[in-house]
Amino acid sequence: MRGLAVAVLIWLMALPVAAATIEERLASCLACHGEHGQSASPEVPSLGAQPAFYVTIQLYMFRERMRVVEPMNEVTKDLSDDDVRRMAELISNLPPPAPVAEPPDPARLEGARALIQQHRCNFCHNQDFSGDQNVPRLAGQREDYLVKALREYKSNVRRGYDASMADVMYPVTDADILDLAYFLARLR
Amino acid sequence: MTARSSSLRSLLITGILGSLLVAVLAFAQQTPDQPPGQPAPPPAASQPPEAPRGATPAPSMQPQPTTVPGRPDIPNAEVATQLRGITPPPFPAPPDKLPIPHLKLPKGFKIEVYASGIANARSLRLGDKGTVFVSNRVLDKVYAIVDRNGKREAKVIASGLDRPNGLAFHKGTLYIAEGTKISKLEQIEDRLDNPPQPAIIYDDLPNHQSHGWKFIAIGPDNKLYINVGAPCNICIPPEENGQVRRINLDGSGAEVVARGVRNSVGFDWHPVTKELYFTDNGRDWLSEDLPEDELNRVTKVGQHFGFPFCHQGNFTDRELGWGRSCDEFVKPVALLGPHTAALGMRFYTGRMFPAEYRNAAFIARHGAWNKTKKVGGDVVVAKLNKGGTVKSVEPFLTGFLQNNAYIGRPVDVQVMKDGSLLVSDDYAGAVYRITYGAERVAKR
Repeated sequence: MRGLAVAVLIWLMALPVAAATIEERLASCLACHGEHGQSASPEVPSLGAQPAFYVTIQLYMFRERMRVVEPMNEVTKDLSDDDVRRMAELISNLPPPAPVAEPPDPARLEGARALIQQHRCNFCHNQDFSGDQNVPRLAGQREDYLVKALREYKSNVRRGYDASMADVMYPVTDADILDLAYFLARLR
Repeated sequence: MTARSSSLRSLLITGILGSLLVAVLAFAQQTPDQPPGQPAPPPAASQPPEAPRGATPAPSMQPQPTTVPGRPDIPNAEVATQLRGITPPPFPAPPDKLPIPHLKLPKGFKIEVYASGIANARSLRLGDKGTVFVSNRVLDKVYAIVDRNGKREAKVIASGLDRPNGLAFHKGTLYIAEGTKISKLEQIEDRLDNPPQPAIIYDDLPNHQSHGWKFIAIGPDNKLYINVGAPCNICIPPEENGQVRRINLDGSGAEVVARGVRNSVGFDWHPVTKELYFTDNGRDWLSEDLPEDELNRVTKVGQHFGFPFCHQGNFTDRELGWGRSCDEFVKPVALLGPHTAALGMRFYTGRMFPAEYRNAAFIARHGAWNKTKKVGGDVVVAKLNKGGTVKSVEPFLTGFLQNNAYIGRPVDVQVMKDGSLLVSDDYAGAVYRITYGAERVAKR
């Protein structure tokens, strides 16, 4: 069943991708990751305004299968080093995703602020969580994706490029993860 | 077809098939994002993000810490962002962008590029037949540098590995240490064009990312020594962490050689006394100037070197050190600078360099990140007294630090048969060769 799903996906991807420029290939990325940098797909991250160096490294890790997520491994496998850098540049120029619009629960925001203060998330991700260099933008990211990514860092399922996220997630509980994701998805 | 119409076509196709694509992706994304070569994780608790607090926690393979690692309050956000980690690029620097023109050595020494184009070049090992092996830490490969018709080239001999930082070579066999296992490639120098799959000899290692990469070396007792770092910046590590252990070459007979080690990424044995010396990286986020990294000497199996209670042999940790004293632990033989990340080290056993370097230890300092004014990013030389204590630590290879930023970061050193010294650089992705005296032809 999964093999079939992947096969269908490869076929789908192959159609628009054949001999396409990087600009054209970006359009097929955004079919899942969302146009204008904002994802509408469950657990698929928004890419808008991600730092180019961060995206370069993630695309590289997908291409080399250092991060195993089959659809991403498939669509990156024939990218050259220059393709990776160009794609990262294009993605970094997409507009930042809009935060969740509905009025937030002030108590949960307050809890998350205390956690951020405690774990110093903003040291690397910047005060406004816009990210920089190899540190991703978190502001306005999809809440379900943030939960998934943080859980995977915490449990060693997702290997980071370096060990920094595993290091900081060491004492963070699952309840904390839910609050952090809630806050970041609503950050303006 | 013009670029524009092709782009339109792809948009149309993705538009038509969009919903199907999203469904397929959502399905395929259920596959956990799992690094190669690691055991399958327990199934993740499926739980909507709106779930109330205190719901079933996701399973964790990490032990619970005994304390929250201390991160300081830094009111100035600009200062805080100057203290974050430094990430090596996944692509090597092109030959014309290597830092060679900026590098400085004592009078009479020269440096040249030995091999370039090796992204994230980490540990170095020399084979019996002259092959130089190079490992990765953030990438997944092990390389052999070989001579092909007078031209040196780096050839991938293993890939798809999990943080394969550690390398050792012994009697024709290359040992590779990944995050959670050690494997070997037998008779590798005869099989560089058709390398076998690494065969696992030992995998009784904890699975953690923080300080999870390994350094390995073969001791004079023909045993394989492995560092097992602390899985944190600062914590009371689980029993199997924070140590250097040794095993027989078939993986049997594991024994702890040193405890209280935060993370050692370099060790070697004194050529005369045969005692083990190792570098150890001090904790982060304590202060700009403390603690310093250590050079330690093991005089008795099982000694404790202080982590996490005592740092640099003379002060106790501000959180975990209460009730403890540095007198309980073995003190370092030298301090190597605050946050400098002293990594690979080798005693100099060659004859090319002047006599004062004989049996001295060359130590690669990767360079500080957790400090606003950077230090390190160099190779220093520790000269020893007769009794095995350290007489001096002096700069040797400098110049990687320019305008408070690194243009290269030394990781490991390797003494060659002709007495020249190799230095690896995981930032520029290259290996350099240092020689002394009159022009010599590179001989391996």
